[in-house]
Amino acid sequence: MALFQIAEPGESAVPHEHKLAIGIDLGTTNSLVATVRSGIAQCLSDEQGRPLLPSIVRYLADNTTEVGYEAQARQAVDPKNTIVSVKRFMGRGINDISHVESMPYDFVAAPGMVKFKTAGGTKSPVEVSADILKTLKQRAEAALAGELVGAVITVPAYFDDAQRQATKDAARLAGLNVLRLLNEPTAAAIAYGLDNAAEGVYAVYDLGGGTFDISILKLTKGIFEVMATGGNSALGGDDFDHRIFCWVIEQGKLQPLSPEDGRLLMMRCREAKEFLSKNPQAPITVRLSTGELVDLKLDVSTFSEIAQTLISKTMQPVKKALRDAGLRAEDIKGVVMVGGATRMPQVQKAVGDFFRQEPLTNLDPDKVVALGAATQANLLVGNKTGKEDWLLLDVIPLSLGLETMGGLSEKVIPRNSTIPTARAQEFTTFKDGQTAMAIHVVQGERELVSACRSLARFELRGIPPMVAGAARIRVTFQVDADGLLSVSAREQTSGIEASVVVKPSYGLSDDEIADMLKDSMTYAKDDALQRALKEAVVEAQRMIEATEAAMKEDAHLLSAAETEKIRATMARLTEAMGGTNRRQINLVMDDLGFETQEFAHRRMDQSIKKVLSGRKVSDIKMGEEA
Amino acid sequence: MNFRADHFSLFGLSPGFRLDSGDLDARYRHIQAKVHPDRFANGSDAERRLSMQWATHANEAYLTLKKPLARARYLLHLAGHDIQAENNTAMPAAFLIEQMTWREAVIEARSAGDHHELERLHHRLQGDIDERFVELARLFDENDHAQATDCVRRLMFLEKLFNEIDDALASLED
Repeated sequence: MALFQIAEPGESAVPHEHKLAIGIDLGTTNSLVATVRSGIAQCLSDEQGRPLLPSIVRYLADNTTEVGYEAQARQAVDPKNTIVSVKRFMGRGINDISHVESMPYDFVAAPGMVKFKTAGGTKSPVEVSADILKTLKQRAEAALAGELVGAVITVPAYFDDAQRQATKDAARLAGLNVLRLLNEPTAAAIAYGLDNAAEGVYAVYDLGGGTFDISILKLTKGIFEVMATGGNSALGGDDFDHRIFCWVIEQGKLQPLSPEDGRLLMMRCREAKEFLSKNPQAPITVRLSTGELVDLKLDVSTFSEIAQTLISKTMQPVKKALRDAGLRAEDIKGVVMVGGATRMPQVQKAVGDFFRQEPLTNLDPDKVVALGAATQANLLVGNKTGKEDWLLLDVIPLSLGLETMGGLSEKVIPRNSTIPTARAQEFTTFKDGQTAMAIHVVQGERELVSACRSLARFELRGIPPMVAGAARIRVTFQVDADGLLSVSAREQTSGIEASVVVKPSYGLSDDEIADMLKDSMTYAKDDALQRALKEAVVEAQRMIEATEAAMKEDAHLLSAAETEKIRATMARLTEAMGGTNRRQINLVMDDLGFETQEFAHRRMDQSIKKVLSGRKVSDIKMGEEA
Repeated sequence: MNFRADHFSLFGLSPGFRLDSGDLDARYRHIQAKVHPDRFANGSDAERRLSMQWATHANEAYLTLKKPLARARYLLHLAGHDIQAENNTAMPAAFLIEQMTWREAVIEARSAGDHHELERLHHRLQGDIDERFVELARLFDENDHAQATDCVRRLMFLEKLFNEIDDALASLED
């Protein structure tokens, strides 16, 4: 097929061939698969007619695997081998995960991502997710009776590169051809927008089992344009369960629970939360393995109090996303509610109050993402959907940057850039004769690298030796339409090249990621001060190294008294560098500069003499080192 | 069309500072509708790679032309005038003093938590910026690139200041 032969977008090369494509919502609590049949998007159900598949996998000693309701039924009996909410672990190390202490798993620390030790062997979150995806794939193949061309898999908009990569890996492991990773709020907007022929600016508030997203989209004549996105990739319905769990422990004055009892109580807490959406009071009754009976009643007002902090945690990203889009709450035409957790009346009220309008809940918050994904998958494989055609312009949620001297992040691609996007930045060497350069890629909004998520490190070797600052290293970031990053680096004067697809390491906790935007605003001033201090320290270090090298080379040009004086000032500078007084560092640097001025002159004179002696002036090339 | 072509010709426009932004939006969407990776999601590797490059290129070109200051810098770059943002910060003293006064006012309002004053500064600065853009358009009409370069440098200062006021307002709202 010739390139760009498809003149009319959306039109299939073979008009009457219907390609089988699916959309999968790989959720924290439940997963779904949907497809477009006869022009209508619909979720595919299991043999018992259930569209939801609980995102739970149990690994047994005989190497068999239970997925979904079957595993759910056994979770309180066999919590150690039954993995729930695996989405929270995608692309995350053990230190990134909150409430590890209340989890029943045997964790295995592994580079990059945590793993679970189960009766069926050691499993990574990617493998667990792949088992969920395989089940949905089989369901789709059975329902559609044919070979799948491809799948659109949804991810939270606020997922970083590590989490996206892990999701794509899981889909590949499940044998799916990934047409696209699609942001969940965007998928919901497609389902909603096409259904309602919506035009204008909409907000999608997506509170799932374990993640929160807010996206601001402009819908115009078949274009879905994401203006800004924000969120928290570790905040969802699970956290409300956990708060109730803590309340029960406190009220019942319970001793630490066994993993089995813990899981059982957590299930009762979730049921109570769901019950409270329609009732004023929920009973929480659990007979523990110790024989102890927990019998409590949770009323709506107590729950509302418990839920308040979590709900207000979602409103910060909402404000930020609006600001990034350059809009106010009153500019939003409609607020689409997505995710099971938005069933809580407390959430609906908070969102309604903020936007001063009734949120839109006419689409099933559990299904809307899968339906949107299926609709998009249908478009991507080129099935003609009548006259309907649309274009999606999505963004990256977090800025991408590089570590520069002194542990600072230099932003290369700002958050909310429309993807695909690429940006190049030039860097130079720091020392004379430097032949290698480490490149550290980070994601996040803060100025200090230590406050951003580390995505990858690689090294550019073979840079020809040059004086400090002469090499020109061009680092190019490319973010594709899945929001995945690849980085390449090239030394411009020699053509030495290095490139990596970012296979993420891990650095930060999820809480930190979630707070990054907020922090970068709140602490902007502190960051600026720290940045200035770091820069001064780097500069001072450079100065000391240069002076020391010169003294080693040309000690004979200095008198003993001069040498002693310079050494004393260097010692003072080293001392100042250990402190936090930037002014002091700069002052001592000035002193050292003054004291070494004469020395520098002598060195220059000497080298010019050296170059000139025994050679004709016409032989001396421009730029030759003196 | 090729990657070497300038951003204006990518969108079928002739280079110029004055630009109908609604028209640019329409042209940008038209191009993305043709080249976006979603059009080639099930295509060959080569198709997908090329489509990504094109869509990336279109995004970059759109971003450059959409923002008036970026557009002005780009036009001057095409005309061989380098802004030298990093190297050439030598501005007339009067302008720099004015900048310092502005900055002090922003810092003061920020530390006092004076939302109203920040809004006022924001509004005043916006007026100042708008006026300079009118001036800039005139300079481009007259092909006075030297003066336009000077005007762009000043606008870069003002834009930075504008962002600082935005940040200050944002930090007060949290």
